[in-house]
Formats: sequence, C-alpha cells, structure tokens
Amino acid sequence: MKQYLFTLFTITRKDLTVEWRSRELLSSMLVLALVILFIFNFTLELDIQARSSVTAGALWITFAFSGTLGLNRALALEQENGCLDGLLLAPVDRSAIFFGKLLASLVMMLLVAAIVLPLFSLFFNTSLFLPGLLLVILLGSLGYSAVGVLLAGMAVRARTRDILLPILLFPVVLPVLVAAVRASSGFLASLPFTDVRFYLDLLLVFDAVYLTVGWMAFNYVIED
Amino acid sequence: MSATIEVRSLVMRFGHRTVLRGLEFAASPGEFVAVVGPNGAGKTTFLRILATLLRPTEGMVRLAGFDLPSRSGEVRRRIGYVSHQPMLYGDLSAAQNLRFYCSLYGLSSPEARVDEVMELVGLAKRSRDQVRTCPHGMQQRLAIARAVLHEPQILLLDEPHTGLDQDACAMLDDVLRRVSAAGKTVVMATHDLFRAAEIASRVDVLSRGVIVASTPAARLSSAGLLPFYRDAVTSREIY
Repeated sequence: MKQYLFTLFTITRKDLTVEWRSRELLSSMLVLALVILFIFNFTLELDIQARSSVTAGALWITFAFSGTLGLNRALALEQENGCLDGLLLAPVDRSAIFFGKLLASLVMMLLVAAIVLPLFSLFFNTSLFLPGLLLVILLGSLGYSAVGVLLAGMAVRARTRDILLPILLFPVVLPVLVAAVRASSGFLASLPFTDVRFYLDLLLVFDAVYLTVGWMAFNYVIED
Repeated sequence: MSATIEVRSLVMRFGHRTVLRGLEFAASPGEFVAVVGPNGAGKTTFLRILATLLRPTEGMVRLAGFDLPSRSGEVRRRIGYVSHQPMLYGDLSAAQNLRFYCSLYGLSSPEARVDEVMELVGLAKRSRDQVRTCPHGMQQRLAIARAVLHEPQILLLDEPHTGLDQDACAMLDDVLRRVSAAGKTVVMATHDLFRAAEIASRVDVLSRGVIVASTPAARLSSAGLLPFYRDAVTSREIY
C-alpha cells in the first residue's frame, strides 16, 4: 500500500511539475473559463434575478469546458516522446497511474475554480464562497476528473483524440453535471440541506461508481 | 544454460494483417542477439511483445521464466526497452526524468544511480539540461540511461543507433558490450548489418514474420555478410 501511494503521488508530482514548467494547461484553462464567463455576463444581458438562477449552470459549464482541456492534455502529455510506453513499462499497478493522473487533473480543476469563483461572485453579484457550494465543486470535479481520465486513456492513441474526448465524455458525465448544477443551485438559493441532500448523495454515488470503474478498467483501456 | 527468452509459435495479427507468423526464438544469459530484417518484417512488433507493450495473438512467450501476458508485472521489473522514441518528458531536466523513473522502479538510492547512469552514457555534466532543448543524439543517450537504470536482466533495443553520431555510436556499443559481458541478455533490432555482426554474438534474420536464419556473428566475415542476409531474405520470399 505504501509503494502504491508513493507511485500515485510520484505521478501526480511529475504531472504538476511538468505543468509548472510549461504553464500551458493552466493558462489555457483559465483563458477559456474567463471567455465563457464574459460571454455569459455580457451577451445574455440578464437581470439580477435571472443571473442568480443561471449562476450554477454557468459555473458548471465553465468548469466542464475548461476541465476538458485539462483532461485532453493530461494524457496527451504522455504521448509526446512515447512517455506513455515508459509509464506502461514500469512495474507499477496501472490503477496507481489512473489515480495519480486523476489527482493531478483534480488539482488543476480546483486551481481554476479558485481563480474563477471570485470573478463569478463579482459578475453575477452573488457570493459563491459557501461551504456547501465548495463541497459540491470538490465532489463534482472529482467525478468529472475520474470519468475524464478514464475516457482520455481510451482516446489517447486516437488521431482524433481532441474531438473524441468531448464526444465520449459529456454523455457519460452528464449525471455528475446535472447533480452538481442542482446541488449548487440549492446552496445558492439557501434551500434547506434536506432539499439539497438528494443531489449530494447522487454526486457521491456517481463519484464512487466512476472511481471504481476507473480503478478496475484503466489497465485495459490504456493498453495498445 | 536455460534460456532467458523463449518464444514459440508466436503469431501477431492486427485486424486482418498478420505481422508475425509462428516465430520461434530463444536467447540465453549473456547472449547478444541482433535481429536484422527488411522494413515491415515485424522487428518492432516482436520487441514490443517482449517488452509487454503488446499482447500476442497466439503462441508462448516467456522471459526470465515468467509467461506473458499473465506475469507481465514480474517481466517488467527485469526488462529495459529502448524504442524509436526516448520516453522522456521534454519539460523536465535529464536528471528529473531519470529520478522519476527511479521512483517508478522503486530504486533505493535514486540520486546515486542517476549520477552513475549519466556517467555511463557520457552526460554527467548535462544532467540539468531540459530534455526539450537536447539534440536527438543526446535524447537517445538519455533513453539508454533510462533503460538501464534498474539494471535489467534483459535489454531490448529497437534501432538504438538511429540519430547518433560516431562517438555516441561507439559509446553505445561499449555500453551494450558491457551489459552483455555482465551476463545480461541483449536483443537489438537494427538495419545496420555490419554493426550487428561486429557487436552481437548472434545474428538472426527476421523476414515476413519469422526468423529465417540464425548464425553466430563470429562465423560471418565482412564479405559474407550481405550474401548471408540476401540469401536468408530471398529464400523466405521464394518459400
């Protein structure tokens, strides 16, 4: 177990170090997130009441689109110079590769969220720093990253992977997005916890399902 | 002496295309086998199967006493593989890349081992260079350093001399001779017949998915090398 965790964190650290050196991914994710935010804010010309009702949807569309960029890059990085073969040649449990890459993607998504949330609060005139909403962002990003890394692993060897990933990802991740939007809306509207709990449970269940499927299937999807 | 690599009736198909057609192969500890053959003969596919990166369609493959694909985890600890690509991250330095692989292989003293292999491939002073900025020949040397990092029992090389200058080729030949002399098994796919005969202990000719000829390198003279190769490849084509 100790060696497993060591491998997992080694892969996460490597991905984050590569990103720190290049800063390609975080900057792309941030620019896309900001563009989507501006589009929602300036083109829809929503009044204050309408804004508060669409905030959760706009927030999750932003996370989902910028997250897809990150997921594409997470495994495309391994295709450069044949590094994926280097990983697959290592005598490590391949599920540790899955969890390592998942953790790196999650960190990237949460970093984007940390930068975008204050801007959303400003533009949509709603405080988004609510403990419940932060929990939803964590759970939603976890489920999104889990299914995303698995599908990115499937698409990584395809020449059309940039197109293939969103086509595969969005239908599969829809339950997570729907539950996340509903739970976020509930917290933003200050609904009682009992009204939001169903969607939080749903998020937890889908997170558990996607993590388990990724753990079991990654070994098979990543092979040539 | 028991074989480190045993391959029997190996068949590999990609859809309707059959690349390997009942290939038979064996190599013992300390043996250095050069596999030569024309383009498309199946050399890379054969090496990728030995490296656990492809699952064979049919046949028996055993490395270091472990069957593939069922015991691939044990096999991976015992093999090093150099392919056409260096398997190194461009944004990391040479030493960072090697330290990362040391961690994956669970090596106990990564810093010392990285210094050792960097010295071995003649790059001791370039360890902080970012891989992306290194010329191809240097990346290839680093790929070799990566492959021998965990002191594998079996070293598999696919066209390792590609892109290397004369000095780097001589360095690589020296590394391979030392690895082989230390009792490790080396299998190298190459197009360079003369180099194969010079540094290997055995030359196998792979053509159309099978080994069509195999001979100790010592028996091959410079003059007899091309006729041997052409006869082997042509006989298969006629057959």
